[in-house]
Amino acid sequence: MLRSLHIEPRKCTGCLQCEMACSYENEGVFNPARSRIKVFNFHEEGRMVPYTCTQCAEAWCLHACPVEAIVVNHATGAKEVLESRCVGCKVCTIACPFGTVNYQQASGKVIKCDLCGGDPACAKACPTQAITYVDADWTGYDRMRAWASRTDAQPATGTPA
Amino acid sequence: MGWHNKVLRVNLTAGTCTPEPLNTEWAQQYLGQRGLATKYLVEEVDPKVDPLAPENKIIFATGPLTGTAASTGGRYSVITKGALTGAIACSNSGGYFGAELKMAGWDMIICEGRAASPVYLFIEDDRAELLPADGLWGKSVWEADEIIHRTHQDPLIRISAIGRAGEEGVMYAGVVNDLHRAAGRSGVGTVMGSKNLKAIAVRGTLGVTVKDPARFMQAATAAKQVLAGNAVTGQGLPKYGTQVLMNVINEVGALPTRNHRDVQFEGAGHISGEAMHEPRPSDGKPNLVTNQACFGCTIACGRISRIDQKHYTVVNRPEYWSASGGLEYEAAWALGAATGVDDLEALTYANFLCNEQGFDPISFGATVGAAMELYDMGVITDAETGGLKLTFGSAEALTTLAELTGRAEGFGREIGLGSKRLCEKYGHPDLSMSVKGQEFPAYDSRGIQGMGLTYATSNRGACHLRSYTVSSEILGIPEKTDPLASEGKAGLVKAFQDATAAVDSSGLCLFTTFAWTLGDIAPQLDAACAGEWSIERLLETGERIWNMERQFNLAAGFTAKDDTLPKRLLTEPAKTGPAKGKVNELPKMLPEYYQLRGWDTEGVPTGETLSRLGL
Repeated sequence: MLRSLHIEPRKCTGCLQCEMACSYENEGVFNPARSRIKVFNFHEEGRMVPYTCTQCAEAWCLHACPVEAIVVNHATGAKEVLESRCVGCKVCTIACPFGTVNYQQASGKVIKCDLCGGDPACAKACPTQAITYVDADWTGYDRMRAWASRTDAQPATGTPA
Repeated sequence: MGWHNKVLRVNLTAGTCTPEPLNTEWAQQYLGQRGLATKYLVEEVDPKVDPLAPENKIIFATGPLTGTAASTGGRYSVITKGALTGAIACSNSGGYFGAELKMAGWDMIICEGRAASPVYLFIEDDRAELLPADGLWGKSVWEADEIIHRTHQDPLIRISAIGRAGEEGVMYAGVVNDLHRAAGRSGVGTVMGSKNLKAIAVRGTLGVTVKDPARFMQAATAAKQVLAGNAVTGQGLPKYGTQVLMNVINEVGALPTRNHRDVQFEGAGHISGEAMHEPRPSDGKPNLVTNQACFGCTIACGRISRIDQKHYTVVNRPEYWSASGGLEYEAAWALGAATGVDDLEALTYANFLCNEQGFDPISFGATVGAAMELYDMGVITDAETGGLKLTFGSAEALTTLAELTGRAEGFGREIGLGSKRLCEKYGHPDLSMSVKGQEFPAYDSRGIQGMGLTYATSNRGACHLRSYTVSSEILGIPEKTDPLASEGKAGLVKAFQDATAAVDSSGLCLFTTFAWTLGDIAPQLDAACAGEWSIERLLETGERIWNMERQFNLAAGFTAKDDTLPKRLLTEPAKTGPAKGKVNELPKMLPEYYQLRGWDTEGVPTGETLSRLGL
């Protein structure tokens, strides 16, 4: 069963614990600049939005890579970058419609979310459950449930019979 | 580890930026941030210097946990000789700037001298340079932030800046980072302005490593769970922010009202955290948009608010319609109860202006309260105010003064003096509700006795962040003590002061201590940096820092006579509520406090105390 990172921006407080967990897990340092998940702060609207690779089924980054450095992990569904094969040409960063594959000057390679091999550190570190790791078939489950709870409710007092 | 072992020395007079190694020996004795930077200041600055002279220095300092994944590990402190007080000043702030500075590879920035013309410091990892700020001078914090981002074409830069208040010599100007987080108190922004330093802009991509990563992650994760499971840090603060306190403190009769004439405010319910959640009658939307965390913080007490577009303050002024930093408790109290104003939207607007132009809402609101009392007595007249009616409860007076003070125009120049200078100028020094020239925060010491001793002995002037005994006296953390009793408070205050000095030096936020003891903090520090940090060692370090700050103040000319409270709190009993009939019993507590500190009867640390602490 595949699972997906499920993001609920409404719950995000902008603490960046996800970015720290990601950089620590993947690079061994605390450094948001090397995180594969990024929190965007739309300050004027008072909204914080964590954003990362959605692991497209038909992954444009993978198809665009001229050296086949991006491969599917069939256990998790993640599209993973083989660092040894990546030549840093950046074609994948052009192909990705969402901008979630990024070139890294320090290594000369690209980095993207690989779901930490099936145990995403960002989801574990998130204090508000704005990021969760759920059944890929039911990414809308919580929202569906929330709306379900509002159907067939008792009529408010004072409503005409 | 935990440190980059690198300090940036910025000589504004010479226009140079020079890296130097961090004094790691001092880091062992003073931990970091507040403690370590104060050590640098004490070694390099004559305590008698005029705070606004080029010989004063201003230090931006991180702690060993700043920029790590420790919850709340994003703090930085601004250390200098304070413009408002002339005492040692240390203001700390959250947001993202402190962590970014650390990510860029710097533990501390020491700014000295004075630039010939306005400059800003631009740091990109190990590259640091002073750039001309002529186009930024005269701009607000918000404008400067936008211009710097645009100039460098980089949205990821984090900026700490002063607004016009800091440029124009408002005595309690703050340093504002990330648009609405501030090192707000004691006039640290005024010192920055006197140096012609408009802003520090940082982009850091180097990250932070710790001594023992696996052990650190284990300790940090366990500590995060403690915060999540605690009623204050897990529920109260995320939901209501520090504003959770407004109704509580009013109930116990410790909400200073109308320049401390009263201890309860009938309008408290209208300006409380609960009220911020209520839909407004005008537009059906609540004042509060969301809560926001600082870097690394799993509590998220920060408020993001939006002002009603039809409110008189912002009607037809869309520049104030966006969401931005909203009211926290101290600001809501100072702008509201201290002035008798209960218009939540007006307070939010005044708070926006404090952030926009960079001045401390506590000192500002309290000074407006003092001016209102002088106006009420007929001492300040319409002639001085330019016709503005400074009546208690006037939202219009408050918001107009916020506009004028931010720009240092008209009567705003007087308000910008702070309450001590203002009340002295008008012949009523007793009406300044301050200690060492710094205005009280939001707790009346007749209703919370320990806070009286806290204020009187605070090294940076009246302050709630030097020993927050409210925690024990009202909230029962770590154990409940009677807020109306003065017995035992000397020991309580000393213990809180020492522990707080250690927390302030670590890179963490003081609010964690609602849930954490030093037993939760020590393992995180110990895994992050060299030093075998234990509870005992942290307490001793805190005590060392406290005594070092005290010595700076004594050398600056402060004496035991300055460890006091305004006459009102010592002689005018509270009129209402549980504290009715009480004055603050400072004279009972102070001698015991001196004794516990190992100070003589004049409040001077004895030779024995100093040698015990290695000072």
